[in-house]
Amino acid sequence: MNAEIRGIKTAAEQGLATAFAGARDTLPGKGAVAALRDDAFKRFDAAGLPHRRVEEWKYTDLRALMREAKPLAGPADIRKPADIAAILSGVDATLVTIVNGRLAPEWTDKNASDPGITLLELFAFLAENTDYRLGQMPGHGDQASLLNTAFMSGGVGIRVKRGAAERKPIHIAHVFSGDTAAAMYPRSVMIVEPGAHVTLVESFSGPNGIDYQVNSALELVIGDGARVDHIKIGYDGDAALRISTLGVTVGAKAVYKDFSFTTGGAVVRNQTFARFAGEGIDAFIGGASLLKNKQHVDNTLVIAHAAPHCDSRELFKTVLDDQSHGVFQGKIIVEPHAQKTNAKMMTRSLLLSDEAEASQKPELEIFADDVVCGHGATAGALDPGLKFYLMSRGIHEKEAEALLIQAFIGEALEEVAHEGIRDDLNLAALRWQGARG
Amino acid sequence: MPAVQETVEQVRLIDVDQYKYGFVTDIESEKAPIGLSEDTVRYISANKNEPAWMLEWRLDAYRRWLTMREPTWARVDYPKIDYQNAYYFSQPKKKLASLDEVDPQILETYKKLGIPLQEQEMLAGVVRPEGERRVAVDAVFDSVSVATTFKAELKRAGVIFMPMSEAIREHPDLVRKYLGSVVPVTDNYFATLNSAVFSDGSFVYVPPGVRCPMELSTYFRINEANTGQFERTLIIADKGAYVSYLEGCTAPMRDENQLHAAVVELVTHDDAEIKYSTVQNWYPGDADGKGGIFNFVTKRGDCRGKNSKISWTQVETGSAITWKYPSCILRGDNSRGEFYSIAISNGRQQVDSGTKMIHLGKNTTSRIISKGISAGKSNNTYRGLVTAHRKATNARNFTNCDSLLIGNQCGAHTVPYIEAKNSSAVFEHEASTSKISEDMLFYCRQRGMSAEEATALVVNGFVKDVLQQLPMEFAVEAQKLISISLEGSVG
Repeated sequence: MNAEIRGIKTAAEQGLATAFAGARDTLPGKGAVAALRDDAFKRFDAAGLPHRRVEEWKYTDLRALMREAKPLAGPADIRKPADIAAILSGVDATLVTIVNGRLAPEWTDKNASDPGITLLELFAFLAENTDYRLGQMPGHGDQASLLNTAFMSGGVGIRVKRGAAERKPIHIAHVFSGDTAAAMYPRSVMIVEPGAHVTLVESFSGPNGIDYQVNSALELVIGDGARVDHIKIGYDGDAALRISTLGVTVGAKAVYKDFSFTTGGAVVRNQTFARFAGEGIDAFIGGASLLKNKQHVDNTLVIAHAAPHCDSRELFKTVLDDQSHGVFQGKIIVEPHAQKTNAKMMTRSLLLSDEAEASQKPELEIFADDVVCGHGATAGALDPGLKFYLMSRGIHEKEAEALLIQAFIGEALEEVAHEGIRDDLNLAALRWQGARG
Repeated sequence: MPAVQETVEQVRLIDVDQYKYGFVTDIESEKAPIGLSEDTVRYISANKNEPAWMLEWRLDAYRRWLTMREPTWARVDYPKIDYQNAYYFSQPKKKLASLDEVDPQILETYKKLGIPLQEQEMLAGVVRPEGERRVAVDAVFDSVSVATTFKAELKRAGVIFMPMSEAIREHPDLVRKYLGSVVPVTDNYFATLNSAVFSDGSFVYVPPGVRCPMELSTYFRINEANTGQFERTLIIADKGAYVSYLEGCTAPMRDENQLHAAVVELVTHDDAEIKYSTVQNWYPGDADGKGGIFNFVTKRGDCRGKNSKISWTQVETGSAITWKYPSCILRGDNSRGEFYSIAISNGRQQVDSGTKMIHLGKNTTSRIISKGISAGKSNNTYRGLVTAHRKATNARNFTNCDSLLIGNQCGAHTVPYIEAKNSSAVFEHEASTSKISEDMLFYCRQRGMSAEEATALVVNGFVKDVLQQLPMEFAVEAQKLISISLEGSVG
C-alpha cells in the first residue's frame, strides 16, 4: 500500500498502446464509436493494467499475469472453427459464431424460424438502433471493460421480442482459431424487451497450447417482466488468457438467472456487473469452476440493488486441484432506498490438493435499514467422514471422492434451468473428473 | 428488518452529542516545536534520555516514513492531514518523582474519568471480598505516562509493568529484543510514523509460569490541542504466563481533528496467553462531523509459541475515523487467536475495522465475532482477513459478523477476505443468522425458541462471556452495549 506508483509501463501496456495507435483508424465504427474508443483507451492508459494494489483486482494481478499484448486478430483471420457442435452437444440452439472477435455469418443460423428475434452484426445493429447508447452498461468504467471498448472488433446485436413461450436457446460461440497467438475483443449487445423470455448461452473455446488472449464484453438489457437465463461456458485452451465482462441492467419484476461454468483457460476472469433498476426482481447469479494444474480462475461480481423489493441469491462453487487458484469476489450493494431487499451470497471452495489456493471475498455494502442480507464463505477439503461413510459401504476411494465432488458441484449446477444445458454441464464436470484419474 | 425501538434508544444514549468526556484540563505543558522533522525525533528522544540505539531506530523509521504514502484502501474519507501543522510531543510541565507529586489537576481529570490512580482508594474498602478484581493502571496523559499504580506488588510477582520510556532505560535488552518484532518499523504508513515519534505507552513483561496477579490497564488521555498521540505498547507473555490487559481512551471536544497513531505489539511464547481489551471512546466529533480523533492504529499479536493464545476484545464507540485491525499471527502449533468486537458509529463517524488471522502453524484455530451498529450518518465497515498458509495443516476459523443499521442515512459494510492455501484448512464465514452451530440451534429451537432468538442467545452468550470479564470501570459502558439486541441485524 505504500509503494510509489511509478509511471513506467509494462511491456504489455506498451504493446497495447502501440496496438491501439496502429489499429485506431481501421477498427470498425466512425464518429461516436471512434470517440468512445479514444476516450476508453485514454482512461485505460491513465491507470494501466490492473494489479494487486487495485482492490477490485487484488487476487488477479493482470500486470503479472498478462506479460505481453498479443497482436490483434484481423478480419482475414476468420476461418473455420473446430467442432462448435461439441460445445453444446445435447441442445438445439440458434447458433451465432464469433471467430477471432468477429461475427462469422457462414456458421451463424439465419434464424428465420423465430420472428421474435432480430440478430445483426454489432455495428449494423448499432446503425439500426441509433437510440441505443453503447458503452453505458454497468461496469463500463472497469479497466478490462475499457480495454474492450477501445479495441472491440465486432460481435452481435440481438433484440428479443415477446414471442413464443418455448423458444430455442441462443448460443453465441466465441472461438479462437489460428496457429499463432492473437488477441480478440468481441463485443455484443442483447436487448430483451418487456415480457420476453430467452435463454442465452455464451461459450468460449480455442485450441490448447496457444496463449491467445480474449477480452469480451456483453451488454445485456432486460426489460420489465422479462425472463433471461444467461449461461457462460469457459472451455478455453489450456494456455489462454480470457477476461469476460457482463454488464446487465434488470427491469422491474424480471427474472434473471446467470451461471458461469469454467473448466478451461490458463487465466480466466468472469466479471459481472448487475444493476437491479426496477422493483420486484428475482435474480440468481452463480457459477461452478473445476480447476487443475496452474489454472487461475476469478469470478467477480458487483450487484447493485437500486430498487426496493428485489431478491437475489448468489452461489459459487469451486473445485481446486493441483496448484490451481480459485478466486471469488462478490459485492452486493444495497442503495439507500432499496428497502426490503433480500440478498444471500454463498461461496464454497473445495480443495483437493495441498498446493491449491482459494481466495474469497464476499462483500456487503448496505445503505438501507430494512433489508435482509447474508453472506457465507467456506473453504476446506472433502469431508473425511462422508468419504468414510461411502467407503464403508463398499465404494472405492476414488469413486467416493468422485461422488462427493459431483454432489458438491451439482448443487450449483442444479440452478441451470434448461435441462439440456444442465445435462451437458454435468457431463463436462464428469469429464473433468475422468481426466483427473 | 428494521432495528427494534429498544436498540434505537440504547444507541441514542451514546450518540456523539452525548459525549461525556469532552472537558479540557487546564494545565501548563511543554511541547516540541510544531511540525515534524529529524529534529522533532531528536527532541523526543533527548527528552526521554534514550540510549543512542533508540534514537537511531527512530531516525531510521522517520527516513523510511518520508518515502511512504498514506494508504487509501480503507472505506474512510477525511481531509488531508497536514503533518507539519501538529505537535508531536506534549507533557505536563512539572517533572514527577512519585504519585504524590502528580499535578492535582491531572488527578482530578482521572477522577472525573472514573480512573483510580490512588492505590489506597482501591484498598479503602473495609473488607475486600475474596477474589475481587484489582487493576493496576498506567495513565498516559498526552505524550507521557503520569502514573503507574501497584508497581511494587507487581514487582514481587516478577511482572514488569512500566511506561515504555522507563523500560527503554531499565530493560533495554528486553525492549530491543521485542520492539518492532511484531509490527516491523516499515509495516505501514502510520506504524512507521509511530516508530519515529512514539512518546510513551506501556511495557509489560510477564516471566515464565507467572499468572499476572491483577488486571493491567492503561488509560490514554489526549488533552492538549493540536497534538497527536503516538503511544507504543509492548506486552510479552513468556512461557506459560498469563496476563489480561485493558486500555481506555478519551479526549476533549475540539473543533480540529487530532491524530492518534498507536502501535501495540503482543508476543506469547509456549503455553502463554494474553487477553487484550479496549474500550475506545475518543472524541467522535460533533453531529456535523466537525472535530474528533483520527484513530489510525496498528495492533498485532504474535503467537510465537506452541499452544499460545491471544484474544482481542474491543468496544468501539468513539473517534471520528477508526482504522484499526487487531491481528493475530498464529505461528506456534496449536495456537489460538480470538477477536471479539462491538463497533457502534453515530453522527458522521467512519469506522473501518476488523481483524487479520494469519494461520502459519499446524492445528491453529481462530474465531472472529464482530457486531457493527451504525446510526445517524455514519459508515461502519468490518474488514477482516483469514488466511492459511501452505504449512498450516488443520487450520480452523470461524467468523461471524452481524451489522445493524438504524435509520436510512448510514451504511454498514462487510469486507471479508478468505484465503486458503492448505486443503486441510476449514474456514467458515457467515454473516447471516442461519448457521452458527446447527446442534446448538436445534437444541434451542427444540425448546420452543425461534431461530432468531436461538441465534441471538448463542451469539450474545458468546460476547457476553468475554465482556463480563472486563473490570468494573469498563463494565458499565460495555454492559450498555451488550443490551443492544441483535434483532434486525443483517449480514
